[in-house]
Amino acid sequence: MTQAMRNSDAFLADRARFVRTETVRLSRIAGAGHYSSTFSAAELFAVLYYAHLRIDPKRPDWPGRDRFILSKGHAAIGLYPVLADLGFFEAGLLDDYTRLGSPFGDHPDMKRIPGIDFSSGSLGHGLSVGLGMALAGRVRGLDYRVHVMLGDGELHEGQVWEAAMAAGHFRTRGLVAIVDRNGLCIDGHTEEIMGVEPIPERFEAFGWEVRRIDGHDIPALRAALAALPPAGEGRPQLIVADTVKGKGVKRMEMALNWHVGNLVGEDYDAVMAELATPAAGEA
Amino acid sequence: MAESQDQSEIFRGTAAGGALRDTRSVQGTPAAAMPAFVLGEELADLADRDPRVVVLTADLASANRTVEFKARHPGRFFDLGIAEKNMLTVAAGMASCGFVPFAATFASFSAILGAEQIRTDLAYPKMPVRVIGHHSGISMGFYGTSHHAIEDLAMMRAIPDLTVVCAADANALRAVLRASLDRKGAMYIRLGRGRDPVVYDAVPDLVFGRAIRLREGRDLTLIATGAVVRATLDAADILAREGIAARVVDMHTVKPLDRDEIAAAAAETGAIVTVEEHSTVGGLGGAVAEVLVDLPRVPFRRHGIPDEFAPVGPPAALYAHYRLDAAGIAAVARETIDRA
Repeated sequence: MTQAMRNSDAFLADRARFVRTETVRLSRIAGAGHYSSTFSAAELFAVLYYAHLRIDPKRPDWPGRDRFILSKGHAAIGLYPVLADLGFFEAGLLDDYTRLGSPFGDHPDMKRIPGIDFSSGSLGHGLSVGLGMALAGRVRGLDYRVHVMLGDGELHEGQVWEAAMAAGHFRTRGLVAIVDRNGLCIDGHTEEIMGVEPIPERFEAFGWEVRRIDGHDIPALRAALAALPPAGEGRPQLIVADTVKGKGVKRMEMALNWHVGNLVGEDYDAVMAELATPAAGEA
Repeated sequence: MAESQDQSEIFRGTAAGGALRDTRSVQGTPAAAMPAFVLGEELADLADRDPRVVVLTADLASANRTVEFKARHPGRFFDLGIAEKNMLTVAAGMASCGFVPFAATFASFSAILGAEQIRTDLAYPKMPVRVIGHHSGISMGFYGTSHHAIEDLAMMRAIPDLTVVCAADANALRAVLRASLDRKGAMYIRLGRGRDPVVYDAVPDLVFGRAIRLREGRDLTLIATGAVVRATLDAADILAREGIAARVVDMHTVKPLDRDEIAAAAAETGAIVTVEEHSTVGGLGGAVAEVLVDLPRVPFRRHGIPDEFAPVGPPAALYAHYRLDAAGIAAVARETIDRA
């Protein structure tokens, strides 16, 4: 594959589809999986990992690398295949996903998985982790960026706002939060269960610079990431990515009963076939 | 009625600003012998030599004297405001980038409020964060249960891969801080009120997980930790005058526990009393009980705060109330032997 092909939007769309099909495959191994929270983030994973992050799979501990923290750790099932595809570890290891002794559980373990910059799973912690990493970069004089992906329901957690306040107070440079705004938490629509809007204004009030885009629009995502200030400049950055929970599989889109599920038999085959078909307008 | 004690210094620090090293005293005790003066300066000394050291606090820089660190290393000091959970997890993020962060606040807000962050973000990923829980136990006196920490050892001890250490005095604190730099994984370091009386005339040779035998004795062993070690030594003096020879052990490391020292106490002295400024549920006493249950039975008593929320009161009155002063500890020791 040429570099031009690797950089194309079509390639990134293909990698987003790969995130979804791998999520379906791995969920069947586990007997359950977080499909819909992962599908909403599939384009985000693809653009971040294949077109944005400054990383080197051969040096997962490189001090100067960009960091990525999956604060919504339950979407790790979609991140593992990307890390394997990039060469952080052997893809075959995922065939034992969640089996006894596997490094790969529903939530990611930094001590056992190359490429995972911090363990996650307990919502509300990741932005604090990222703030610590960004402050560490300031002390060390390194110019890496730290990216933290949060769920929208995760914004209910108070520690998120402790971190948001501190990041604004310290005028933390190189810190990029991305909210996967897929609209649903487990019990229902966020605005019915516990409202999180207006997200941009709330973060702006804490000293952040905010962009809001369609989180499934690959060119828009690329443009938003390209518009970030250099790592050593500016205020903390927030990208609100408006997404569809369950995106890509009709039965799951904005459906409350697919936060965790288990596709088997004909349903499995049908969903895999649906995902294999490029969406309208996709190259 | 006991004389009232000035407890205002807890929040503003025992003395404000300036060079503190050995230049002043509080009520006749040299500053260098008071843990309250040691934390910030010792950390600053360590940071002079070790670029990995950074310090975080949560709006208590005066109370814990990390202001002394801030004065010498302003670029490596972070006051996160009254947001302890964020402080602990920020420290974990820094640790993942190669730093050894020391995060200090009241024990009630580090270990108890921040227990989940300590478990999930520090211990589980083995981040070398040193959580300092100062003003532990009932040392905050009339500030009450919200500011007491009599459950922290039990909570911290249940967390895998977390080292749990109590410093008995100023020199023990120096030893703990120095030794902590090369300890793998996360640590909880429990301190008293900062006025804890002297146990060690010099900085002890402290190895985590290896208890320090402070006094020999054949009639029973008093195993103490933290701020009550001095009172326990004084209790041994009282007992000696009555013809009872008490061995005294500073069990500074509550986890991992020195099982050999406990087994030796059981075999050689025949009776054991644990002494701690903590609930009798799950702290040092619980830890020692877990060892003794596998050994031939000896008279054993867990001495601490019973399973209740402590009343308010001046610290000295509370220690007397719970018999955690020398006379009280000696009385508990006597009862334990008499009952045998």
